[in-house]
Amino acid sequence: MDSVRSDTAPVPQALKILVAGGFGAGKTTLVGAVSEIAPLRTEEVLTTAGVGTDDTTGVATKTTTTVAMDFGRITINPSLVLYLFGTPGQNRFWFLWDELATGALGAVVLADTRRLADSFAAIDYFEQRNTPFVIAVNCFDNDQRYTAEQVREALDVDGHVPVLLTDARDRMSVKNVLITLVEHVLTMVRSSVPA
Amino acid sequence: MSADPIDGVEEGPAWWDHEAGPVVRPYMVTGGRVRPVTVDFDLITYLVATATLAADTPSPEHQAILALTQEPRAVAEVASRVDLPLGVVRVLLCDLLSDGLIARYDPPPTDHLPNVETLQAVIHGLRAL
Repeated sequence: MDSVRSDTAPVPQALKILVAGGFGAGKTTLVGAVSEIAPLRTEEVLTTAGVGTDDTTGVATKTTTTVAMDFGRITINPSLVLYLFGTPGQNRFWFLWDELATGALGAVVLADTRRLADSFAAIDYFEQRNTPFVIAVNCFDNDQRYTAEQVREALDVDGHVPVLLTDARDRMSVKNVLITLVEHVLTMVRSSVPA
Repeated sequence: MSADPIDGVEEGPAWWDHEAGPVVRPYMVTGGRVRPVTVDFDLITYLVATATLAADTPSPEHQAILALTQEPRAVAEVASRVDLPLGVVRVLLCDLLSDGLIARYDPPPTDHLPNVETLQAVIHGLRAL
């Protein structure tokens, strides 16, 4: 059957970037601004045993939850494709984050200055995993109340982590965020090369 | 039940099509199997069908995956386009893999960041968008 496939396009190398942030921070909007396809949705059905129930009857309480992840795609060249995955907003789905973050090139933490605390969990997570990340402050409706430096101070992130203002709806602005992230990764890769 | 069956139609919003939810519970299509038997598939593992549509493919869902992967496609994209949960799709992919109907192309090892050349190509590509 080998000959059947010989005329098809080569399989590209796939890379993934995560887009994290609180609920309503604009993750899917950001993905849609640069994706070459309308953001797709993939779902995972979770069945979890009820927690905190003292059930002596032997009938476990179970709940079924559907967790959605939206993603988009950018073809860099015929042999390189970039996938952008929006992480599930709720913190209780950390184990799905593990799957997403494994092998990820890096992450964009999308912060909303009205709810900065929503991005703390994502920042902690990527810091602990040593996943390279940038913080993009989504300026809704030109509501630019804070500078990038003020946000950096409020979030208390390391000086080497890029913090930039963005508009998640704007293609050029989001493109700039992604370029900043990959340049940040490049810096990290270069500095980790053994002397 | 507040509605009296003799009175006929119960008042309230009707659910049609997608709003009514799936007709079949998701893991029915896997025969109740919940995890891939041998291997796992990353969201960005690429899949390519190694054969054209097989007449004796186990199910319409397997067929749908084979049809989609006539061109290389990532796992997440396959799951989204066949409209099945990821866990279900992974089980079906395992079937196709063990039947030799599909080939997988994994992303680079997870503990390495891409090399300098790849990163530069990504930056270059993004700038050109």
